[in-house]
Amino acid sequence: MTQAVRTTCPYCGVGCGVYAERRNGTVHVRGDPLHPANLGRLCSKGAALGETLGLAGRLLQPRVTGRDVDWDTALEAVADGFRRIIERHGPEAVAFYVSGQLLTEDYYIANKLMKGFIGSANIDTNSRLCMSSAVAAHKRAFGEDVVPVSFQDVESADLIVLVGSNTAWCHPVLYQRIVAARQRRPELRIVVIDPRRTPTCDIADLHLSLRAGTDVTLFNGLLNYLATHGKTNQPFVEQHTSGAARALLAAANTAGDVTAVARLCGLETGSLWRFYEWFGERERVVTLFSQGVNQSSSGTDKANSIINAHLLTGRIGALGMGPFSITGQPNAMGGREVGGLANMLAAHMEIERPEHRAIVRDFWGAPRLAQRPGRKAVDMFEAIHRREIKAVWIAATNPVVSLPNADRAREALQRCELVVVSDCVAQTDTTALAHVLLPAAAWGEKDGTVTNSDRHISRQRAFLPPPGQARPDWWIFCQVARRLGFDHGFDFNSAAQIFDEHARLSATANGGARAFDLEGLAGLDERSYETLEPVRWPVRDRRPVAAPLFADGRFHHPDGRARLVAVRPQRPRYALDQEYPLVLNTGRIRDQWHSMTRSGRAPRLASHLPEPFVDMHPADALSFGLGSGSLVRVATRWGRLVVRLRTSGEMARGSLFMPIHWSDSNASDARVGALVNPAVDTISGEPEFKFTPARVEPFVVSWYGFALTRGPLPLESFSWWARAEGGSFRHYEIAGRRVPGDWSAWARALLNAAQDADWIEYCDPSAVTYRAVHLHQDRIESCLFIGPRPQLPSRTWLADLFGKAHLEPAERRNLLTGRPPDPTADRGALVCACFGVGRNRIEAAIRQGCRDAGALGKQLQAGTNCGSCVPELRRMIESCGMPV
Amino acid sequence: MSAARWTHVCALEDIYPDSGVCALIEGRQVALFRVADGIHAIGNHDPVSGANVLARGIVGDSEGEPVVASPLYKQHFSLVTGRCLEEPEHHVPVYLARISAGEVWVRAQPVSIRAATAVRRLVVIGNGVAAMRTLEELVSLAPRAYAITVFGAEPHAPYNRVLLSPLLAGDRSSEELVTHTTEWFAQHGITQHLGDPVESIDRVRRRVRAASGAEVPYDRLLIATGSRPRLPSVPGIDLPGVVAFRDLSDVEAMLAVARPGQPAVVIGGGLLGVEAAAALAQRGMAVTVVHAGEFLMNRQLDNHASALVRAELEGRGIGFRLAAQTESIEGDGRVSGVRLTGGARLAATLVVTATGVRPNIDLARAAGLRCDRGILVNDTLQTYDPAIYAVGECVQHRNSTYGVVAPLWDQARVCAAYLAERGVRRYGGSRVSAQLKVSGIQVFSAGDCSGGASRESLVMRDPKRGIYKHLVLEGGRIRGAVLYGDTADSGWYLDLINEGRDVGAMREQLLFGASPTVSGACG
Repeated sequence: MTQAVRTTCPYCGVGCGVYAERRNGTVHVRGDPLHPANLGRLCSKGAALGETLGLAGRLLQPRVTGRDVDWDTALEAVADGFRRIIERHGPEAVAFYVSGQLLTEDYYIANKLMKGFIGSANIDTNSRLCMSSAVAAHKRAFGEDVVPVSFQDVESADLIVLVGSNTAWCHPVLYQRIVAARQRRPELRIVVIDPRRTPTCDIADLHLSLRAGTDVTLFNGLLNYLATHGKTNQPFVEQHTSGAARALLAAANTAGDVTAVARLCGLETGSLWRFYEWFGERERVVTLFSQGVNQSSSGTDKANSIINAHLLTGRIGALGMGPFSITGQPNAMGGREVGGLANMLAAHMEIERPEHRAIVRDFWGAPRLAQRPGRKAVDMFEAIHRREIKAVWIAATNPVVSLPNADRAREALQRCELVVVSDCVAQTDTTALAHVLLPAAAWGEKDGTVTNSDRHISRQRAFLPPPGQARPDWWIFCQVARRLGFDHGFDFNSAAQIFDEHARLSATANGGARAFDLEGLAGLDERSYETLEPVRWPVRDRRPVAAPLFADGRFHHPDGRARLVAVRPQRPRYALDQEYPLVLNTGRIRDQWHSMTRSGRAPRLASHLPEPFVDMHPADALSFGLGSGSLVRVATRWGRLVVRLRTSGEMARGSLFMPIHWSDSNASDARVGALVNPAVDTISGEPEFKFTPARVEPFVVSWYGFALTRGPLPLESFSWWARAEGGSFRHYEIAGRRVPGDWSAWARALLNAAQDADWIEYCDPSAVTYRAVHLHQDRIESCLFIGPRPQLPSRTWLADLFGKAHLEPAERRNLLTGRPPDPTADRGALVCACFGVGRNRIEAAIRQGCRDAGALGKQLQAGTNCGSCVPELRRMIESCGMPV
Repeated sequence: MSAARWTHVCALEDIYPDSGVCALIEGRQVALFRVADGIHAIGNHDPVSGANVLARGIVGDSEGEPVVASPLYKQHFSLVTGRCLEEPEHHVPVYLARISAGEVWVRAQPVSIRAATAVRRLVVIGNGVAAMRTLEELVSLAPRAYAITVFGAEPHAPYNRVLLSPLLAGDRSSEELVTHTTEWFAQHGITQHLGDPVESIDRVRRRVRAASGAEVPYDRLLIATGSRPRLPSVPGIDLPGVVAFRDLSDVEAMLAVARPGQPAVVIGGGLLGVEAAAALAQRGMAVTVVHAGEFLMNRQLDNHASALVRAELEGRGIGFRLAAQTESIEGDGRVSGVRLTGGARLAATLVVTATGVRPNIDLARAAGLRCDRGILVNDTLQTYDPAIYAVGECVQHRNSTYGVVAPLWDQARVCAAYLAERGVRRYGGSRVSAQLKVSGIQVFSAGDCSGGASRESLVMRDPKRGIYKHLVLEGGRIRGAVLYGDTADSGWYLDLINEGRDVGAMREQLLFGASPTVSGACG
């Protein structure tokens, strides 16, 4: 018996506590009932963490220019390269590009090395792509990057406004907490503001499908409404804020008339009124916002327009209220706390403020502290492209997939003199371009802390030994630092020592000036660090500060007041035109994470949406001559790709949605980043992922198909492909333009079947139809289905057969039909990932009389774990249209 | 015989078009139907259900023949002949009906038991499947309408030639082949002459003369002389031990010399040759098939199916010489071997020739009937002499001759109706199918499986289960089918071929059969 280890989930910003337990060689993960973030709940991704821990595909050995080397050689190569370039071109010629996946301790060391010792602030992070606009808005409004709301506040609110957040899919556990709160208090109102009709709208009392990019107009309208309807908290505004008059003037000028606002935002006036009224009437309002707000060329203004409404009404600093930026990554907040962004210094201190620089310089004993902000992500890769930055160290992220205008980012790395990548995955689109590859420890192997969206610091604990040569990121950075000659300051032996230094720095010369204060956690010994319970900062006197932040009305601008920021609506940087008439929006899907290097390994996560797609309104599809399920080319001025067309019903006219997860590692041509425009918010540097002018055109192929194989499939002969992990097999969706003259020979070569192999085939060459199944001793090895149209037999039954050691004769007879002898044996496309419940079984249960999600849960378990499929279950019940 | 009276029933307009009414006429329920061409009258009693309901059935037509569907079990009854189309053993009486000045009249006496002043005479030449099938139809349609005499050239009671292969293989006994016993002939009052071939037809005096000297006059003559083996014209073809594969005596001749271990040669690798070879191998002989074509059964099968048949038979010890010509058959007083072009010699104590058949038309030609490859007949199976009909392998219809059994059924049905003077239906030709009768080998072929620019092939292969299926489509319709290993769907494909159904919509399911799990709609 091994002990279950308490640790923290490595996915989204909810930061759920989990128990990880090794049993019989596999890791079982369950929710930690005592963790304040999730109270025992887990989402489909978290519940499948155990499936992602295999060592296949792991980077286990340092490599220099493709050769396996020992750590010394690799570290020397990195240090030599950086030293040489710094000596020749100065510290601004090197950069770190790190990640919200790093632990706080890793982040701290990387930041310290770059800003305190190399002497440049060229360290930025993929969090830049995620919530840097919220950071900038917080700083403008509060004088410090502070999230003043907790998950408990969300549950205690009377009105929850979800802006640009598909909470149901992207923060499923928080969504479940909202659903539960609503069940306890039916009077709780929920408003979703999103151009898409996302699954989150399932619980919305009101969905405002605003025109993409018009958030500032909507919230200026709100500000004006509140001011003109007597909702201003006059004492609060007078005593604790400044800038209200200018902000109100801007609001009145740009959004003074509700009818005009409704027209500009593409909304019904009545709905907009209702939202404004609800907001005005209720004291406890939480406005939860996410990437839909942040990822914009005016993301900072959008976030401030939201914060303005809370400041005007004084709805901040008390239970159940406040503006709540929710982060996408497990440790984006930790990164912000250590200062791991190019325009920060450390511990919420500002790089531009000399007194802050002095504090940090003295504390670190830093020889060459950076004097000015460094390059932000997009800018950093531009500088690499221009060869101004000549060495870059990328840690735990995949920018060739995730950056906007990603083809240019790839090009930049190709032109770069020295590319160092530390990662736990061997083959990503980014590691392919690295000169030096450093194997990093992965989740479950590394120790440290993370901070979630509501400021809870939790421990990530190791429960597996690091495989091969893998090492914690902090160790790698320290080793390079020492080889660069910085012995002093990087002689750490454990994460606990680093955390201690981090905590002490936060307390240095603080005295309440900065909210971020871990004074109470300074001086933890190894044992106390090991047993550290989740704790919410600020922590003074060993205890979290009980009162909500800002309860006293004191903010962190020098004058102690919060700022209402006058904001004016701005159009997205690139406008639609005849050539690119549609708005491309990007985001996450329920069961995948970032570029899928981890979540893509879990078979049950791969089956909900197994291939890249673009979602559009069915009427748009019709007018562009595109059939649902066919392949389409999506083109923007910056790139193009080919994906499957969906018409889910979630999209408004004129807009497109594509998931961000696919890369060259799992699809032929689906890197959405390559399409996204390079515009960034001038204040935050955050890219405009949510608004790129695009067009969609048919991608004509001669045939569509799919293959399920135990072995690898050579991909050269396909015009398009996407791959998903099935556990005992891989699932390929494929399409081709070239029609083989001899399907049989082509397929045998493809699936590597010998001439005397047990091979069943069906061939109708005139109809471009071919099907084959390769068996070995009555076990299915691979199958291939080709047809002239996207409509092909169901994959689920065939996929299930890969789990069988021997096929029954009846199953064998039906193989080429793709349908089981017993029609109920096909569970259909996966809906509930947690319990593996498919569409066919759910439909059958609905036909048998299940009329609500609860009944389905009782009968099939579907939706009873993480609940993120409940919106889909409801939709299925609705669409079945059964009379009650 | 009471003289039948015409009875007035009602005005024509009392009956709705395309519907029926029932009238009680002299104690009989008569169903009257008004259809486009006038009025029909049949018995109202449905013999299948036993209820008096036919007048209430739905009227329609089947290939031009007006019919009514029984409202109970939906069998169709011909309004002209009274026959049940689905179950020919059932029929209903037919009455004469007429329209006169807008009024409907019916004659109360059923037509089929009409008294004839003198029974007319029908002579049938041949007692094979075609002849006997036509007689079956005729006696059920119009019992005792003719005084019938049947001449059979062979000394045996009528038997099913199709089963000669199983007989040769030892899978059936000769008793099992008999189709019609002496009792059957007696029961239907039919005179039969066995072992007495007809030697001439005197069309002027309308009589035939048999080898025995018997002379029988006819009012109607039915020729069903079948076909003759086409023999290779090579030296030695007349040697003892060289046998065709056509009738019972051939089988007897083969069995007389078939000894286990002895070499046999089958000349001809068509359907019959393959069956003969398999049967002789089953009897223990060392068989070699000499075939002129590139592959076996090239008229029925495609290359692939043929290879499967060959592989299976090779597994049973049969040798094959393909694309091989027989130079001569050798032997001194008795066959001892076969020499092939190119010099190779195959030893043989038995040589079976199976190089096709040709219609047996000598008798018809000698009687001056118009013949080409076969006896020319029209769509009613009538020859150029209106008193003479012909059915079976001896006829040439619309330029086609047939060597298989299925067309005989269609021909017999039409021909019998005309002989019964109830002819409405026409024979439009048949699409043929073939099923190899070799135990352990399931092969089916139908239609035309040859390729062509407008032809599309659908193929399914499962070599491990020994299954191969090949459909040829043209213009969205199935033109041909070859099945090996699994012939369960052969009937379905044959129907689709014969009906000429457009199968475009079910193309993807076609090769996976008619089972509901495949064609059923998904919920």
